[in-house]
Amino acid sequence: MENHESRLSAIWNWLDQRIGLAPAISLARKKEVPVHKHSIWYYMGGMTLFLYLVQIGTGILLLIYYRPSAEEAYESVQFLMTDVKFGWLVRSIHHWAANLMIFMAFVHLVSVLFMKAYRPPRELTWFSGVILLALALAFGFTGYLLPWNELAFFATRVGTEIVGVFPFVGDFALKIARGGTDVTGATLTRFYGVHVAILPAIGFFFLGLHLLLVQKLGMSVPPSIENSGSPKRAMKFVPDFFLRDAIGWLVAVALLVTLAAFLPAHLGVKADPFAAAPAGIKPEWYFMFMFHQLKLLPAHILGIEGELVGVMAFALGGVFLFLVPFLDRNAARGKPSPLFTWIGIAILAYILIMTWLGYTADPMG
Amino acid sequence: MNRNMTLAAVVAVGLVLCIAPGLFAQDSSDMCIECHRALDSEPLSRQVEQFEVDIHAAAGFGCVDCHGGDASIAGPGGMDPALGFLGAPGGEEIIAVCGRCHSDAEFMRQFNPSLRVDQEAEYWTSRHGQRLAAAGDTAVATCADCHAPHGIRPASDPKSTVYPPNVASTCGRCHDDSARMGTYDIPVDQNEKYARSVHHEALVEGGDISAPTCNDCHGNHGAAPPGISWVGNVCGQCHAVMADQYEQSRHAQTFVEMGMPGCATCHSNHEILEAGDSLLGLGDGAVCAACHTEGDPGGSAAMAMRAGIDSLTVEIDEATAVLHEAEQAGMEVSAAQADMKDSNSALVMGRAAMHSFSPDAVTEALAPGREIAGASLEKGQSALQDLRVRRMGLIASVAIILVLILALVLKIRQIGSGPADSPGRA
Repeated sequence: MENHESRLSAIWNWLDQRIGLAPAISLARKKEVPVHKHSIWYYMGGMTLFLYLVQIGTGILLLIYYRPSAEEAYESVQFLMTDVKFGWLVRSIHHWAANLMIFMAFVHLVSVLFMKAYRPPRELTWFSGVILLALALAFGFTGYLLPWNELAFFATRVGTEIVGVFPFVGDFALKIARGGTDVTGATLTRFYGVHVAILPAIGFFFLGLHLLLVQKLGMSVPPSIENSGSPKRAMKFVPDFFLRDAIGWLVAVALLVTLAAFLPAHLGVKADPFAAAPAGIKPEWYFMFMFHQLKLLPAHILGIEGELVGVMAFALGGVFLFLVPFLDRNAARGKPSPLFTWIGIAILAYILIMTWLGYTADPMG
Repeated sequence: MNRNMTLAAVVAVGLVLCIAPGLFAQDSSDMCIECHRALDSEPLSRQVEQFEVDIHAAAGFGCVDCHGGDASIAGPGGMDPALGFLGAPGGEEIIAVCGRCHSDAEFMRQFNPSLRVDQEAEYWTSRHGQRLAAAGDTAVATCADCHAPHGIRPASDPKSTVYPPNVASTCGRCHDDSARMGTYDIPVDQNEKYARSVHHEALVEGGDISAPTCNDCHGNHGAAPPGISWVGNVCGQCHAVMADQYEQSRHAQTFVEMGMPGCATCHSNHEILEAGDSLLGLGDGAVCAACHTEGDPGGSAAMAMRAGIDSLTVEIDEATAVLHEAEQAGMEVSAAQADMKDSNSALVMGRAAMHSFSPDAVTEALAPGREIAGASLEKGQSALQDLRVRRMGLIASVAIILVLILALVLKIRQIGSGPADSPGRA
């Protein structure tokens, strides 16, 4: 036993001399998480990160069998789902973890928004977080097409059409997005490249930055807690917070395998570019509020194409969200900023109502 | 001088311009139309209205092209027999009038190169033509009886009397009339029977204008469709596989010897209902039972063929149900479901093969379908079994996860660092 411990210690020392493990351990030991009535929201970021890691793991496994061409994509996924041992499990977990990850990213962003955690000096943490959410949506959009089934094909056709509404550059941008004038095998190949190489590369950079900033700046305490003068309490990140995080992750794994077993990812019918679009084409749930809003807009608003006005409004909304740390001057000065709380509530209510309407409205209406 | 010549030229041009439209109007006016339009007699004036939509009017033909006479002369003078006026042609005259152009390939090519030019010759082979020629029976149908004189439209026009869905009522104008048909001893229930047939359903309700109506079996101008020697052979035009099988079977010869009408012996002629499997065998509704009994080789063959078809039907239903159940449970079985289409095709081929009246041919045609249905059933059952294994695996996984969670909770308690009891650890 003693011999075993001394061997481990030797390895530790060997590594420590070369890469400096001691400072990292010291940093981890020093890291603390504030404890107050809103502490639960601190777990959301870790949960999103965990689901992202699940996506990387399952995504790499899917790569082994997936073939990115219009001729083989559907068949390769079909083979994976039927003939590859646990292929169904890996794909279903990838499918459900993607949805849960985006949901958790939304929850994380909303909690940060309401806790005003974007206040100085955490503006860059907020910026990188909003970019990571946008990347998660892009991951979802590009990944949706890859099985090359009917629903994904037509949803992608509708989704990419939005790019074409921009004046002057629309046609060019549409061709870039699709790799041609229509959604074809060329679109599939470039979506694949974006999904497995470009987005992960950009994602790792911003994720690294985000985590570095969180590590450097520590957890933000909401102004209401800070100003209440209650005794400041904290718990060690390692092991206290980490063990609690791990419980959440295990619950997530249990949820993922349950969803995979009872609601495995569907494959549907292979895409046929010459077939008529099936009724009730709907995007993934996280795009539903935008999709439904664009459907509700009149053909023209003040002489401008309605769809263009809608897309521009969403783009401005994104820019507004991105710039919140600079726009919310009161919060930056440590003063109450109820306006931004109410704006947050309004945006959240709008997204929830539009999503609900999108799923319940008459498809023919 | 020059000035005078210029003036004269201007006057001459002016006169030509003023007079020319008058001359043109004179040439283009059709006095037949002018007068008939003004007539009080409704049938005579209505013809003018009808002719406005006639395909011949659209091609530039006028009244005199069929009726003779001179359209430039107003009043009865234009209807002088000396000018070739025929009046309303009847009987053989109509055939000759229409045939004058429609039998002339050179002439017809100018208007419709794809239109046949053998209608007149065909007509004389038909029962209508034969009775007109041999017995001088002018009550039989001629061109004008089917083609709505003065309002003739192409057969592709839904308002045409010979547009496929309208053909049965066009023929029925005479053939539904018991007084008229009584003199020929022809039944008048064909149209009523046809209205109940699968062909009528496809044509009128299904909108499939390639589905057969009267002329597709009986010929439109001739006695039978081109290339068909006998109306009993006409089914093979569309049902080629069945007809081929039948031709090679012993029934083809036997039916001829017995004077039985080929396909119509089992399927009827006008009232052709959807051919279900119940027609085969010796049970209720089976047509074989009309001639065969359980003891004779024909009866045994009928029962064997029916048993083979029934077996595959049951196997397809069973495999389809299992695959559907697996699909509903979220299992990926689309490849097996796609294979089932081939199994259904084999069933169709087996049903076609029974027209050879050979149990071996039916068994051979059904064999690939039975193999596919069996393999698909296995895949469906395997998917359902896989589903049960997944659920068991899920229970085991969740149990392990719960144990791990419990261990973590215990560990957290052990180190006693909960937020509630660790103030000021910072």
